[in-house]
Amino acid sequence: MNIDRIASHTSDTNLSRRSFLAAGAAVGGGLVLSLSLPLGRSEAAAPESFAPNAFIRIGSDGEVVLTMPYVEMGQGTYTSIPMLIAEELEVNLKQVRLEHAPPNEKLYVNPLLGVQATGNSNAMRGAWKPLREAGAAARTMLVAAAANRWGVDAKTCRAQDGEVVHVPTGRKLTYGELADDAAKMPPTGSVALKSPDEFKLIGTPAKRLDTPAKVDGTAVYGIDARPPGVKIATLAQSPVSGGRVKSLDEAAAKAVKGVRQIVRLNDAVAVVADHMGAAKKGLATLKIEWDDGQNANLATDDIAKELEQATLGPAAVAQSIGDADKAMASAATKLEAIYQVPFLAHATMEPMNCTVHFRGGECEIWLGSQAVARVQAFAAKAAGLPPEKVIVHNHLIGGGFGRRLEIDGVSRAVEIAKQVDGPVKVVWTREEDIQHDMYRPFFFDRISAGLDGKGMPIAWNHRFAGSSIIARWAPPLFTNGLDPDTTEGAIDLAYALPNLHVEYLRVEPRGIPTAFWRSVGPSHNVFVTEGFMDELAAAAKQDAVAYRRALLDKSPRAKAVLELVAEKAGWGQPLPDRVGRGVSLQFVFATYMAQVAEVEVSRDGEVRVRRVVCAVDCGTIVNPDTVRAQIQSAIMFGLTAALYGKISLKDGRVEQTNFDTYQILRINEAPAIEIHIVQNSEPPGGMGEAGTSAVAPAVTNAIFAATGKRLRKLPIDTTALKQRA
Amino acid sequence: MAFTVNINGSPRSVDVDGDTPLLWVLRDVLGMTGTKFGCGMALCGACTVHIDGTATRSCITTIDSIGDSKVTTIEAIGATPAGAKIQQAWLEHEVPQCGYCQSGQIMSASALLASNPHPTNTDIDDAMSGNICRCGTYVRIREAIKLAAQASGKAG
Repeated sequence: MNIDRIASHTSDTNLSRRSFLAAGAAVGGGLVLSLSLPLGRSEAAAPESFAPNAFIRIGSDGEVVLTMPYVEMGQGTYTSIPMLIAEELEVNLKQVRLEHAPPNEKLYVNPLLGVQATGNSNAMRGAWKPLREAGAAARTMLVAAAANRWGVDAKTCRAQDGEVVHVPTGRKLTYGELADDAAKMPPTGSVALKSPDEFKLIGTPAKRLDTPAKVDGTAVYGIDARPPGVKIATLAQSPVSGGRVKSLDEAAAKAVKGVRQIVRLNDAVAVVADHMGAAKKGLATLKIEWDDGQNANLATDDIAKELEQATLGPAAVAQSIGDADKAMASAATKLEAIYQVPFLAHATMEPMNCTVHFRGGECEIWLGSQAVARVQAFAAKAAGLPPEKVIVHNHLIGGGFGRRLEIDGVSRAVEIAKQVDGPVKVVWTREEDIQHDMYRPFFFDRISAGLDGKGMPIAWNHRFAGSSIIARWAPPLFTNGLDPDTTEGAIDLAYALPNLHVEYLRVEPRGIPTAFWRSVGPSHNVFVTEGFMDELAAAAKQDAVAYRRALLDKSPRAKAVLELVAEKAGWGQPLPDRVGRGVSLQFVFATYMAQVAEVEVSRDGEVRVRRVVCAVDCGTIVNPDTVRAQIQSAIMFGLTAALYGKISLKDGRVEQTNFDTYQILRINEAPAIEIHIVQNSEPPGGMGEAGTSAVAPAVTNAIFAATGKRLRKLPIDTTALKQRA
Repeated sequence: MAFTVNINGSPRSVDVDGDTPLLWVLRDVLGMTGTKFGCGMALCGACTVHIDGTATRSCITTIDSIGDSKVTTIEAIGATPAGAKIQQAWLEHEVPQCGYCQSGQIMSASALLASNPHPTNTDIDDAMSGNICRCGTYVRIREAIKLAAQASGKAG
């Protein structure tokens, strides 16, 4: 998504408005600040009335509690967001406690998504200014309360370490002692935020608050929920999308010790048992005959052909600069290529699961979700209840990556629970998880360019077709055939291209659902644009870094990360035979990133990524250790996809089943990763996903450097890389 | 059928079929949810426990195969010298992200360190390649194991 544009727009208007912060007395004593985080592009117009969606409470005990809409799924949000408040409020990070926001779409809207969700690497971008403003406002009120009590000028008082100090006399009052008084203070005027050189916490590595429980086994994920009397269910869903159960023989399953009940749905069968062992054993003995329905013969090739066909005609214009057709006609050299990326599963380590207790008039749910209000709404629909009758308990997330923005599993679990007396935990086997995921879409791209006599690009034409997740997930954001996600990384390139024309055609594949997947639109677009940019450099017989740099005069931050990565990677230094370096550069999620991959290709085609060097400019760094962790993680995630990731359909069925056929990168394959951060005080950019989209083109460009073989399709086909004898 | 198994030093009795994997006895019957389900086929290592000190995938270890052996899980690994060092190193290097696979990672790493106090990179790869981390924390897992090994060195 072009969040940068949205963010700068909102920060110029809504974010800085003091009217979007209110303060008052908390129920039970203390000071409460309500703040309104601005909405996304679809609701860019500022609401007339004040509608807070995050709350900070300072209790009489001095504890600071933040209730907010973002969830922790490994990205460090629960540590870095409280740092913003602690910084301005002048308290120790340990004094800030976070509470999961309960589902309430109206209260806890994600400012940039416009819905209650954590995704698109935007938690920090949304929270950056409003939470610091709230911290500063609270500090000002606490200082005013102290000055009032002492009968002194507030200017002679200073806030530090959760206390207000009267500097001339050394008198002190704690925030807890002042919270009630502060709540009665008149609303403060404009509050100055600290300048970056005054930061004490922001920019320093903070220990993550969720780590200890994740090291001693006490962390509780959705799959660990155990409401009293819970039964465990596992399920078989129609292997073909749109199919249904034709016949079922459940006699043998019922005879399995521990099996309590068989639940038959239209398109699935679940076995409810005392434990998962019995449920799985029961499931294995079921004889289910499926009516596969209209997708019975569907294959991935059919979908690829439909998309290929779709790219022959015109589509929605995502960006047009100059006149690409005219420039192309005058080009000295013309290049064209077709790129394709496959469907991908999320394969979160915690398999899909959802625990439901349906009690007729109400429904209680335990799970880990990136979008709890969505869970509540869809559970209510499945349960036939009003949303307020659905209670959702959110948990830690054993891998989100976009999978847990979806509610298909919730609806399924509620359908099952409606037939079960008491709470039931529905656990997907790994095979069900992979075969009934909602997948990163398949995309088919046609791209062409024209070079002038010196080899520089004067025309760039790109048209692609595939699914729009936004169109289904947040329909108001899909307008005129476009959405802010699907084209990110294909438009607003860092490069100065005088004539550029980019078109996108939404084509929803039949028989296979699609969903957001870590690094979303850029996961596809950056592979295409950076692979093709490498092709242009090669056609111009120029160095891949120098060629790119020549196009970056108007984008100094992009140029800086490119130069940094080249220097640190030893770009241009000699390498052994069949070892190559490849570069990629991107500006997505409001973050500038360049990567150099060093790849070795054996004579039988085996690819080994030896080293990845990454330079990043993500603006102000809040928690540098989290930035490094996220880049390390995102690179491994992207490498898995580049090397192995592929979901394919045959006879309407997903062919991959478990980690043997849907491989995940392992430690013995993990490259060394070096990260170099550009320090500045620009607003923070997204960090959770950028590393993923940048790595695939760096690797395929390195393979080109090592072998001369250009790969335009993922995953990497190692048979094509075998050296002929 | 009833089985009595020694788990973390205590005898625990359960009444399940003999072919029930230990994983489900731990998680669903005994409520010890620190051990995680990932694949059910010994492909990912999330369910790793120790059986007589050896890292073992509990998802394919049937309850009737355990006999008198001693089962150790993430809930008790901190009581072993190697386990304590590994957990400390994990904290110092901030290894976990989503954290779901980390019980299994820590069990595999603890078994490695207990049997090999100074593992080489190859030793680490060999011992840890059965444990998948979808968040890709491998860089830190390597660093943390090396840190724990240094701690072993200092201890003696």
